[in-house]
Amino acid sequence: MRTLRWTLLVCLLNLIASPGFSASGAPTAGRELTVAAAADLNFALAEIAASFKKQTGITVKLSLGSSGALAQQIHNGAPFDLFFSADMDYPRQLADAGQAEASSLYRYAIGGLALWVPADSPLDVEHKGMNVLSDPAIKKIAIANPQHAPYGRAAVAAMKHVQLYDLVSDRLVMGENISQAAQFVESGNAQVGFVALAHITSPAMQGKGRYWQIPAEAYPPLEQGLVIISRSRRKKQAAAFVEYIKSPESARVFSRYGFTVPAPSPERK
Amino acid sequence: MAIDWQAFWLTLQLAAVVSAILFGLGLPIAYWIAFSRWRWKFLVEAAVALPIVLPPTVLGFYVLVALGSRSPLGRWWQSLTGHTLAFTFAGLVIGSILYSLPFAVQPFAASFSSVDRKLMAASATLGASPFRTFSRVVLPLSVPGLITGIALSFAHTMGEFGVVLMVGGNIPGLTRTVSIDIYDKVQTSNYSAANETALLLLMLAFAILSFVYAVNRKVWIIGPAR
Repeated sequence: MRTLRWTLLVCLLNLIASPGFSASGAPTAGRELTVAAAADLNFALAEIAASFKKQTGITVKLSLGSSGALAQQIHNGAPFDLFFSADMDYPRQLADAGQAEASSLYRYAIGGLALWVPADSPLDVEHKGMNVLSDPAIKKIAIANPQHAPYGRAAVAAMKHVQLYDLVSDRLVMGENISQAAQFVESGNAQVGFVALAHITSPAMQGKGRYWQIPAEAYPPLEQGLVIISRSRRKKQAAAFVEYIKSPESARVFSRYGFTVPAPSPERK
Repeated sequence: MAIDWQAFWLTLQLAAVVSAILFGLGLPIAYWIAFSRWRWKFLVEAAVALPIVLPPTVLGFYVLVALGSRSPLGRWWQSLTGHTLAFTFAGLVIGSILYSLPFAVQPFAASFSSVDRKLMAASATLGASPFRTFSRVVLPLSVPGLITGIALSFAHTMGEFGVVLMVGGNIPGLTRTVSIDIYDKVQTSNYSAANETALLLLMLAFAILSFVYAVNRKVWIIGPAR
């Protein structure tokens, strides 16, 4: 069986060629932090990490995904030092399971949710808000998967709040996380999407679309929590980064990206 | 909630449609690859083999952009049907055809080129047209290769994940395939359900591959030829 053998050979060559030679993971002890972060933090956290590096010399490496997917990876032993979730439940569950340090749980920001359309869209989202969803021109509405993305759950709650959910539920398409939901809109495959305010207010996305911020009363607040992972071997550096997250500099960055930053806890005034 | 049968049947349908189309599409391509003497043929062969080595994310990304309303193809389709191809069953079919193309074409082409040229020459000297030679001589002698190609593209499409994740939109009954369903179950810690579905898929894949290898056991196929 020539073909099969040939196909198998190609697969085998791929296997040989890919992982072994990448020679990664030379441990740069103490100079590096590995952070799992909810996809809405993409731009804001990268900016904060860059200025943290300037101050301390510690590089923060970000792994982005939906909060549920990342929590799942940590449950299964992913080597992260810190976890920035887009909600409080996943960090709490990790702490309850002994995977994260309960004492490190900190609510670092409250996320904003927005309804977003491409710049050239005829939809008047700025004035009509969620009412545009009943427009027949909308064939697909992008959201993050509510099963494991807090922003997806917030989007569903917001649509239920204005009693449009049943009307539009068959037009929903789900991204793996909130960035993919935005990308469905950006590529022109969905006409409108529920996205993270932090994503569309970033410099990279400026001018690509127009948005309407969903009022806070339409969905339960997207309180976002972080925790230090129990098996981290760089807890000191992780704690230093958490302190930096609590600083006014970081708060300014978060607010610039549309996050609401909670008042600093009293004990460290 | 154990196995999501809706996702399972959807995946079977997708795999059946894709392997049927690939059979029709793959035959002429494979014929050309097997018998063309064009100097630059190797470039076409390389292009056909690309999906074996390309990450599904590359294919998924291209398909997503090509189907979107920013591309001429996407706009044309939209003016025809009123909606974009992404997030539809048809969109998944297109993505899967690209993704599984080499798994149909390569076995087809290999079995065509292993047909004894003397038989084809004999058929030609007896006055048969090239098409008649193909349908009466080449095809019957290539049955194991044809079965292999169809079965492999069926199995490969069933196991597709990356392309579907990128262009499917996870719509139940329309674009949520079994592999996406398993992924969601793992992400939500529903391990036992993920396990059941994964096991079903594993057994199915093993059955199909066993069938492919059995078909290609020369002893059974040629039988009493010795």
